[in-house]
Amino acid sequence: MAFISRGFKGRRSSAADSSRLPPGQYLATGFPVLSAGPTPHTPLEKWSFTITGEVDQDRTWTWAEFQALPAEDITADIHCVTKWSKLGTRWTGVPVSALLEGVESAADYVTAFSDGGYTTNLPLEDLVDGKAWVAFRYDGQPLDPEHGGPARLLVPHLYLWKSAKWVRGLRLTLDDRPGFWESNGYNMYGDPWREQRYWGD
Amino acid sequence: MKQSDLKLDGNAIAGVLGEIFAVEMTVAEGTCAGCGNVAPMGAVDVYVNAPGIVVRCSACTQVLMTIVRGRDRTWLDLSGVRRLELRS
Repeated sequence: MAFISRGFKGRRSSAADSSRLPPGQYLATGFPVLSAGPTPHTPLEKWSFTITGEVDQDRTWTWAEFQALPAEDITADIHCVTKWSKLGTRWTGVPVSALLEGVESAADYVTAFSDGGYTTNLPLEDLVDGKAWVAFRYDGQPLDPEHGGPARLLVPHLYLWKSAKWVRGLRLTLDDRPGFWESNGYNMYGDPWREQRYWGD
Repeated sequence: MKQSDLKLDGNAIAGVLGEIFAVEMTVAEGTCAGCGNVAPMGAVDVYVNAPGIVVRCSACTQVLMTIVRGRDRTWLDLSGVRRLELRS
């Protein structure tokens, strides 16, 4: 199992190291729960993950098949657009690159879709090369439903609304289509280091 | 009558819009565009621990409206509300 350490650039100093805090963010104590709707409770036997859209053919994994994929441990700083950040969070997840292996597509963008109807859009290149995972464990435990379990997208280099909770698949698209928040004022890309919170940032 | 006399720009309804959106909204009845449920706005389900405010139909959980407050503006999406009945 590979160990990927992200966010530990330079010295491993105190968690309050301000160089790890993007502009306008503060350090959260605990792990705030944000939700745009009721928490889905999809039983694992009914859960699946699908790659669809602009692909040669859809790929789908059951929970058991998904669990059999090679997973990685990840340590990452996460940044929510509501201004809290949490440093050194520990996850286990399947790299998105592994899910896209062998997929033939001309797509440049992805819409992640979730139980409950949530969607978010990202450039495909932001999901590959060790930058994104479908995470199913947090801090050594199965991911709690309130934090997106059984599985959520984890894209720590973008604001956390891009890390869709309860993710059930990725729809590959040729153009960049705004998701739930991106349709209503939030930034299409969402880089916390450039403080891309809203349209026009 | 010239066409230009029939079609005005939105400034012409500034007064009407001001009146409409200044009323007490919690008693306004909203019709869900998804399931057709009619309920006073005071009885909808609201999620505020999120990047914006999400208002959902208490019958079918579909999103009725979202309200996102940016630095210098507010985005209001009403696409999940088919109709609002306002009491004057």
